[in-house]
Amino acid sequence: MSGNSTYVPKAGLERWLDSRLPIVRFMNDTLVTFPTPKNLNYWFTFGGILALMLGIQLITGIVLAMHYVPHVDHAFNSVERIMRDVNYGWLIRYMHANGASMFFLAVYLHMFRGLYYGSYKAPREVLWIIGCAIYLVMIITAFMGYVLPWGQMSFHGAVVITNLIGAIPVIGSAITTWLWGGFAVDNATLNRFFSLHYLLPFVIAGLVVLHVWALHVTGNNNPKGVDVKSKEDTVPFHPYYTVKDGFAISVFLLLYMSFVFFNPNALGDPVNYVPANPLVTPAHIVPEWYLLPFYAILRAVPDKLMGVVLMFGAIAVIFLLPWLDTSKVRSMRYRPTARLYFFIFVFVALVLGYCGGQLPDDQVIPGVSGLMLIDSDINSFVWLSRIATLYYFAYFMIILPVLGLTETPRPVPESITDPVLSYPATVPAGAMASPEKRG
Amino acid sequence: MLRKSIALAALGLAILAGPAVAAGDPEEPKSVAWSFAGPFGKFDAAQVQRGYKVYREVCSACHSMDQLFFRNLGQKSGPFYDPEYENPNDNPYVKALAKDIQVNDIDSETGDTVQRAGMPADKFPSPWPNEAAARASNGGALPPDLSVITKAREGGPDYVYSLLTGYKNPPAGLTVGPGQHYNPYMPGDLAAYWTGKGHAPKGGFIAMAAPLADGKVTFDDGKPSTVEQQARDVVAFLAWASEPKQTERKQFGFGAMIYLFIFSILLWFSYKRIWRNVGH
Repeated sequence: MSGNSTYVPKAGLERWLDSRLPIVRFMNDTLVTFPTPKNLNYWFTFGGILALMLGIQLITGIVLAMHYVPHVDHAFNSVERIMRDVNYGWLIRYMHANGASMFFLAVYLHMFRGLYYGSYKAPREVLWIIGCAIYLVMIITAFMGYVLPWGQMSFHGAVVITNLIGAIPVIGSAITTWLWGGFAVDNATLNRFFSLHYLLPFVIAGLVVLHVWALHVTGNNNPKGVDVKSKEDTVPFHPYYTVKDGFAISVFLLLYMSFVFFNPNALGDPVNYVPANPLVTPAHIVPEWYLLPFYAILRAVPDKLMGVVLMFGAIAVIFLLPWLDTSKVRSMRYRPTARLYFFIFVFVALVLGYCGGQLPDDQVIPGVSGLMLIDSDINSFVWLSRIATLYYFAYFMIILPVLGLTETPRPVPESITDPVLSYPATVPAGAMASPEKRG
Repeated sequence: MLRKSIALAALGLAILAGPAVAAGDPEEPKSVAWSFAGPFGKFDAAQVQRGYKVYREVCSACHSMDQLFFRNLGQKSGPFYDPEYENPNDNPYVKALAKDIQVNDIDSETGDTVQRAGMPADKFPSPWPNEAAARASNGGALPPDLSVITKAREGGPDYVYSLLTGYKNPPAGLTVGPGQHYNPYMPGDLAAYWTGKGHAPKGGFIAMAAPLADGKVTFDDGKPSTVEQQARDVVAFLAWASEPKQTERKQFGFGAMIYLFIFSILLWFSYKRIWRNVGH
């Protein structure tokens, strides 16, 4: 698929197959000989980690589906049955539930890495967009998966999120009824969510194949953000990156397994161990941690429709990033100003996540009564969410477009191997003197 | 740089994962040193046995435990586990405990509902035929099922223990409705019932009256039957029932972590060796 393949089929069968379906060639070009920049740091290991997480979620999910009953009367009990009577059911279920959190943790670090090193810039726009599509399908899949245990948060979360569709003018309520398969979140909804939750991971797997294909056309970006110039700049993927990714995966598994074995419910909401009851609404409906930033954006807007538009806009804007960032320099290593705004962006994303878990009207600084502004106290999480939402969108739609035109980037290295800089830069005094004495 | 960023990310995750505070402001639960807490924690079988007795003699009058079977009591890491009887259905102690309880069944000859002595394969029977009956007998309140109660409440075992031992006379100025009881650990909002000075007291109303009393249960091992002892024991039992496989989980996890740790070290040295000649 990637063009210049160096694979030479050895045995007769491989040669026969290669001229009919070059699948061994594809595997070889992708996982063995693929020339990879030799300066990739650990932030570049999350692709491999994510591939593993998808595999784990698929396998554990398929086993869970063998024991799970998608029916409002049996779903909660069937999950408890898995925990109690299925051999190693507790392990499979906790791996799946915590696996979702770890999947999102890895995908966020993968995305922040892409943002920092400019991995979305030409010629990797399509690679980036496929990645965004994977993320979007992941969100939908995770949301539907959270509904399946049919606890209180499952049910009421499903009610809140599906009701958002009703905000669409004219056709909104008709679409909601169609999604529910009735006039409320009920058995039909649970059944179709189960069906789709089983289907969508395979859609993700298909998108992952496209993502890898696109990656192998353009090659990896790297921390310096400069193109690969010669063979000296790269090493073959195997063994160099299989071992480095392998090490990173093993360390990541230590974190993941520490949750699975010793703190399996830390990332979940205790209310979801109460069976769903449409007549009792939990005091505080919140999504899982990985969706809290978007929940904060939704609640920051007083108007329901605008809130929904902004929430989806927050994801849509990421798709457009390749055309919003006007800078030709990929890596923020050489863009000190952009780097500062990037770190503020990361902080703001965490603040949004925190706000999403709080009650909008609660005080940010307890005990201090601020000014009433429009509809609420300025010292409230709703106002903190608004400020953070403003920055979130400004980062993509104002800061990155303007910064690319106005900032002065630092000199960029000529190549990955070559320390010489591309345009006149101040060489530190003495750097060129007596090179033989230097290590 | 990398280390700092990872620390930052971990901190962020910790903040995000922080439990959401529910409406109202109950008292912070008392902190109890549970034998089953932490990565190496195990259940004290004698304590869980006493806890079962408290549940059976006190709680089970109103609270069901739908997810529990008598056989669970005799399974591995269960309170009545006996290595001689790997199959808990054969465990004579479990058989005897089940036999003490009458369960509903259908007479296969006549189709009539009959009562018979329980067997290890039976579920813990519910004290109520249906939800309406439960509410009718409890002033409209529904006693929650206790199968996963320590996992289903913010604060877990500490919260359940605090609730059971935390009953207090309501402070003057608090209007307590009929069939209601004041408990500072119960989530709720008492502002509407408060006519005293200052802020409304912490806590909320609960339909259950203080269920435990000194000497209410006689412990066969001679433990003094105080409210605190009963509460601690029954919470240990409920924590075991919420997740009967948690001891296995921690033991399995210990091995898995050691394996992964050694594997990571080996991969680190492999990485160093493979990359030794590459300048990067």
